Amino acid sequence: MVEAYENQLTQTQIAELAAHCEQAELEAYEITKITDDFPQMSYKDAFDIQWEMRRRKVSRGHKIVGMKMGLTSWAKMAQMGVEHPCYGFLADYFSVPDGGEIRHDALIHPKIEAELAFVLKKELKGPGVHIGDVLSATDFVMPAVEVIDSRYKDFKFDLKSVIADNSSSSRFITGGRMAEVADVDLKHIGVVMEINGEVVQTGAGAAVLGHPAASVAMLANMLAERGEHLAAGSFIMIGAITAAVQVNKGDTFSVRYQGLGSISGKFV
Amino acid sequence: MDQQLIQQCGDELFDAMQKRITLKPFSERFPEITVEDAYHISLRMIERRVAAGEKIIGKKIGVTSKAVQNMLKVHQPDFGFLTDKMAYSQGQQMPISEQLIQPKAEGEIAFILKKDLLGPGLTNADILAATEAVLPCFEVVDSRIENWQIKIQDTVADNASCGLFVLGDKAVNPRRLDLATCGMVVEKNGAIISTGAGAAALGSPVNCVTWLANTLGQFGIPLKAGEVILSGSLVPLEPVQAGDFMSVTIGGIGCASVRFV
Repeated sequence: MVEAYENQLTQTQIAELAAHCEQAELEAYEITKITDDFPQMSYKDAFDIQWEMRRRKVSRGHKIVGMKMGLTSWAKMAQMGVEHPCYGFLADYFSVPDGGEIRHDALIHPKIEAELAFVLKKELKGPGVHIGDVLSATDFVMPAVEVIDSRYKDFKFDLKSVIADNSSSSRFITGGRMAEVADVDLKHIGVVMEINGEVVQTGAGAAVLGHPAASVAMLANMLAERGEHLAAGSFIMIGAITAAVQVNKGDTFSVRYQGLGSISGKFV
Repeated sequence: MDQQLIQQCGDELFDAMQKRITLKPFSERFPEITVEDAYHISLRMIERRVAAGEKIIGKKIGVTSKAVQNMLKVHQPDFGFLTDKMAYSQGQQMPISEQLIQPKAEGEIAFILKKDLLGPGLTNADILAATEAVLPCFEVVDSRIENWQIKIQDTVADNASCGLFVLGDKAVNPRRLDLATCGMVVEKNGAIISTGAGAAALGSPVNCVTWLANTLGQFGIPLKAGEVILSGSLVPLEPVQAGDFMSVTIGGIGCASVRFV
């Protein structure tokens, strides 16, 4: 992000856009990408919209239970024409139990991604956080599947628009077996995604920025741009190891992780 | 195809390999060619290689991914023969510019057998019980067919597009691994270019070896103790040229790397 970290939109516009994006999420309808109407929008504006959306949820009594990274694979950045990953937050109602059901009607055009989650035992405060800091601050890692659901028409967006849309966050499932980072070869851990019993994606940890811990380091450093940090106990999803796969009502999915068990669920 | 034409096609492939030239696809020249004809052609080609002093040391399984099966419009893999002349060791330079025509690299899991296996009727349990070790492997496939314009008959005839291969220097007992979830990371000239996992080949590399043992068993051909079996690529094929350096690392198994000259 080469542009200066400053606003181009007014506080009123930011509040209105946060309400606009959140309403699309809550009522599950598509909107056009907001940079079409606000081409002058800056990265700071985009993140301000996301943080305003977060504030709106908290003010209604929701709890923020974690953070997620998005667009963390080189393939996905190339595909979307962006040069940088992004982050989003996870609200309590995004969480679905392992083996649980996800209401397809409550979402627009959901896709699933195989990820890993880190849970911290120490805080991480950027800038300058590196993989070593992340590994030493990690309590444990565990399998996670994210359901992404861009509120933008046809899942098409640019980086600023997707940031404002909470990086397409919608649901997530954790499960399988937790492990100490010292006991897992995070770079080479394999994942296998099956939908309705058929293998649809395979990948390994290195697909995420070369190493899953690099994604957590980048998150800590990005948060530092706003004076924020990752507190001890934070739950962080690292971004997709596999390509995102579209799911339909009635689909069941299962993701297996090398040495860490599996996660499954169903869209109803 | 009659015996004479099969022999002629096998000889053409052998000459093409030696002179590093490509042929028009057999499937275009002889539209009536069957997969069975193609296997007979491949047997002729390998017969020529053995007559020239090469020794058969194993087999390879190809067309194991959904993407390649869809491209070739088939629903099963194919196989070819490995000879001692194709094998390179970790750290050795692989002379692709002298030996191959249009090489592409793929990361695989190699099986080394400790017992003979004669199908049909073998299960994954039989394969695992007969496996001494698994190793990381780069197979460098090549096609003697113009611009890789292959149909299934063309690649089967051409020894499953086999080129050269390199095994890593670490062998692991498969009893300690879940081969379907083993992750694979492929790097080329320092950049990560692809990742995958064991399930990318027919759901599991073990499924591939079971298929091979049962398929060859129908013709009374066993897999033999000591043979190397390349179980099929877990990642997309990557074109390579002299000067490239590649490495493949498989979670829980190890690494194989190769420098192309």
